[in-house]
Amino acid sequence: MSDGGVKRMYLVVESGQAEQPFRWSAGTYGSRFLTAIRDDGTFTGIKCPKCGHVYVPLRRVCGPCFTEMTELVPVSNEGTLVTFSVVSFGFVDPSTGKHRAVPYGYAVIKLDGADSYLIHFIDETDPAKMKAGDRVRAVFEDEGERTGSMLDIKHFELV
Amino acid sequence: MERVAVIGVGMTQFARERPAETAADLVFEACTRALEDARLSIEDVDVVITGSNDFFDGRTISSMAVMDACGSYDKNVSTVEGDGTFGAAHALMRVLAGWGTVLYCAHHKGSESVMPLITNAMFDPIFERFLGIEAVTSAALQARAYMDRWGLDEETLALVSVKNHGNAFRNPVAQLPLETTVEDVMGSPYIADPLKRLDCAPVTDGAAAVILADREHARSAGSRAVRVRGVGYSCDAFHLGDRDLADPSALRDAAARAYRGAAIDDPARQIDLAEVSEVFGYMELMWCEGLGLCGPGEAGEMTASGRTARDGDIPVNVSGGCLSANPVLVSGLNRVIECVLQVRGEAGEHQVEGVRTAVAQGFNGPCGQSQCVWVLGGEE
Amino acid sequence: MVGVGMTVQRSSRRDVTGVELINEAVRAALSDAAMTRKDIDAVVIGNMDHFEGINYVDTWSVDGSGALGKPVMKMTTGGTTGTTVAMGAYYHVASGMFDRVLAIGWEKNSESDTTGAIITAFDPFWDRPTFGGAVAGLALEATQYMAETGASEEDAAYVAVRDRKNALNNPYAHLRMELTIQAIMETPYLAWPVKLGDMCPRTDGACALVFASEDVADDFPNPPAWVRGLADRHLWAYTSDPYVNQKVKGGTWFPAMEMATRELYDRVGITDPLEQFDVAELYLPYSFAGLRYMESLGFCERGGGPELVRSGATDMGGKCPVNPSGGVLSSNAIGATGLLRVAEAALQMQGRAGDRQVQGASLALATGFGGCYWSDEIVLGSEMPDVGRG
Repeated sequence: MSDGGVKRMYLVVESGQAEQPFRWSAGTYGSRFLTAIRDDGTFTGIKCPKCGHVYVPLRRVCGPCFTEMTELVPVSNEGTLVTFSVVSFGFVDPSTGKHRAVPYGYAVIKLDGADSYLIHFIDETDPAKMKAGDRVRAVFEDEGERTGSMLDIKHFELV
Repeated sequence: MERVAVIGVGMTQFARERPAETAADLVFEACTRALEDARLSIEDVDVVITGSNDFFDGRTISSMAVMDACGSYDKNVSTVEGDGTFGAAHALMRVLAGWGTVLYCAHHKGSESVMPLITNAMFDPIFERFLGIEAVTSAALQARAYMDRWGLDEETLALVSVKNHGNAFRNPVAQLPLETTVEDVMGSPYIADPLKRLDCAPVTDGAAAVILADREHARSAGSRAVRVRGVGYSCDAFHLGDRDLADPSALRDAAARAYRGAAIDDPARQIDLAEVSEVFGYMELMWCEGLGLCGPGEAGEMTASGRTARDGDIPVNVSGGCLSANPVLVSGLNRVIECVLQVRGEAGEHQVEGVRTAVAQGFNGPCGQSQCVWVLGGEE
Repeated sequence: MVGVGMTVQRSSRRDVTGVELINEAVRAALSDAAMTRKDIDAVVIGNMDHFEGINYVDTWSVDGSGALGKPVMKMTTGGTTGTTVAMGAYYHVASGMFDRVLAIGWEKNSESDTTGAIITAFDPFWDRPTFGGAVAGLALEATQYMAETGASEEDAAYVAVRDRKNALNNPYAHLRMELTIQAIMETPYLAWPVKLGDMCPRTDGACALVFASEDVADDFPNPPAWVRGLADRHLWAYTSDPYVNQKVKGGTWFPAMEMATRELYDRVGITDPLEQFDVAELYLPYSFAGLRYMESLGFCERGGGPELVRSGATDMGGKCPVNPSGGVLSSNAIGATGLLRVAEAALQMQGRAGDRQVQGASLALATGFGGCYWSDEIVLGSEMPDVGRG
């Protein structure tokens, strides 16, 4: 700038990578759910003593009733398709830092015996081959490969 | 200020780690206790305000996690990201605007994150963060500036740690009661000179909740309703270099605003007890001065003389303060709740006789940048 | 509301920092209300932390927001942040604690990976491993909506065409283009049945509003836009919850929106929204929302969204034009987006919306959408309400 004029404009863009590790608690009930899929390949729900609603994922409080739930109930590995999508745009999965493989089927599922819904992958990428109400079942990773995570369920498949 | 009262309070047990509970579980526990304390059910609550922070929770829209647990189903609900004194101030606004009964809750799970990385993100991403500056290292700069301004030594700062950790023995929800001496504090390892481990608040998990109500809805709580007499908050400059770090000017302003509403003109005489957010020992001294409990530079002497001890004439942090449990965000709310319990005469083993007017303080940002003050109780 | 300030909405504003972007909107709002920083009693600010990676935005931004030496509070709730900030500022004033309050919403979506940051809004155990961000979440709703009502992708595209065409009248909008339904249909699928043309953009922008108490509302150069009523609901904690047909209590279509709408309409006295509202600025994050949300807001019967919008009733010149500004489909700086809806509705009530003005408009609806299908709703009027606060 010593020559008195602005010769060039500089726009500096800082590209920071802010990594912030976390160790979240799944809580008492969440841990029960995750260990059941890891150890037994089975699903667990939790039932509201007031309205009878069975929740999956597990949680401690029924929101509408503001009531604590303690009763665990078995829920089927099979259910029905509520709604779905086929995700085809590429994006980085923040949990892994890698691109999620696309396209993939993505679905809301009502497990038999549950009232709330579960959200997961579905092994189908043609929307014309799916419709609400279709029967689905969970496909698990092999025993011994499971770590106690939702990814222990590989995906759901159309029955 | 029109009549608003705190009619219910609830705190969880505070601990270094509560792995069996999610943040939502802790919120449910705190809200349930506050409702029980107010002898209300969730149907009696008109509005819910929650308090959380996306960085601490490692979650964008951190409020979402507690939406079932805070009891906001089919109610108006909102979220303040910041210290509990601010969140509760917003709950107060809702009551003043005509909502009868408002619940405010906040949670913190310090055990789930890496604190220095989180508080580093308070600083400017381009010009400051690379220094690694975060809550402790910035506080160290402030502690040094404060000591230099008034010629204080580290031993004087250590008195706060000794007093508050000792007080915590009488508070059943405190995390860190410690029998400790000035020598112990001085002998604990430096985290960032002049701050040593025992000068610094611990990492904490926990939640708390309060219920505020207008005059009509507070009636059922009878004498257990504690009146909110004044609330004020104010913010200092952001860049540390733009501030006089040794001067708690934002707190002075916040206190002036709160005292105006509460008709307090001589805080040292009119306030019976204070609960302040001393995340580091030196902060208690600075905040006492900012609150006008003593003159500038006099807090060291006031502490050394025992006037802020449990049996002193202006007890400060008889609960054990943040040094004995520091669930960030919840911390300021805990200060409010402790004042409520003291004014009610229900503080149990750490009750101080004859507390009529109490002051609580909390802050957001580096080195107490944005300050909030609550005055509770007092004469009609 | 007595002052409105907004920045031009662009895909990337690398020429300014976040603080400077905030300051642009703040100075515009203050100048619009013929105020200086000194006249402001308190500031409410919000954004989504992880889009810029700034913790404690309230304390970080004081140089830009003007909050130095003043009370400042940060309020944020995800997509609804902008409307949350507006409601927060309203309550700052309605409490009687402050007379002149600045509400600020802002975002620099260009500074991070938006989809990544949205995925982290959801539960780390249950939702994140499979969640595909806002696009995928909304696609589930679109599929369900089409299956239950027989609505078509073309019906949704009509909304995208309408809003982006409206944006041609808004010099602040990000995407301003005359498109056809065919053109939208030819854009690639992001997550079936949602196409690129159905989705809102990522935007950098800020908005600031000055709220004033009844006592001082006449001290400003422009006529006030009055808050007539407000209500919100933030239900649920997990991504899969909103798709449940709520057998727990009742059985509703979009529970949060219908609950908030019921309370709001009761308070303001709205029985026929299509007739009573002169204009609506709705937070429609994607085109299908422009069908379904009309139903939950009571503008038509369930399943009647496609017929309503195709009738032209929501076009400029129709019974109740929706999104004269171009809406979220034309600009989406997330933390600012909800506040922009309120700002645009305020300009309409003040008769100051320029080329996008709906002539003679005196009652407006503004909404915010976000979180787990949450809904914030505000009614604005050109006349002072005769009912009390709250």
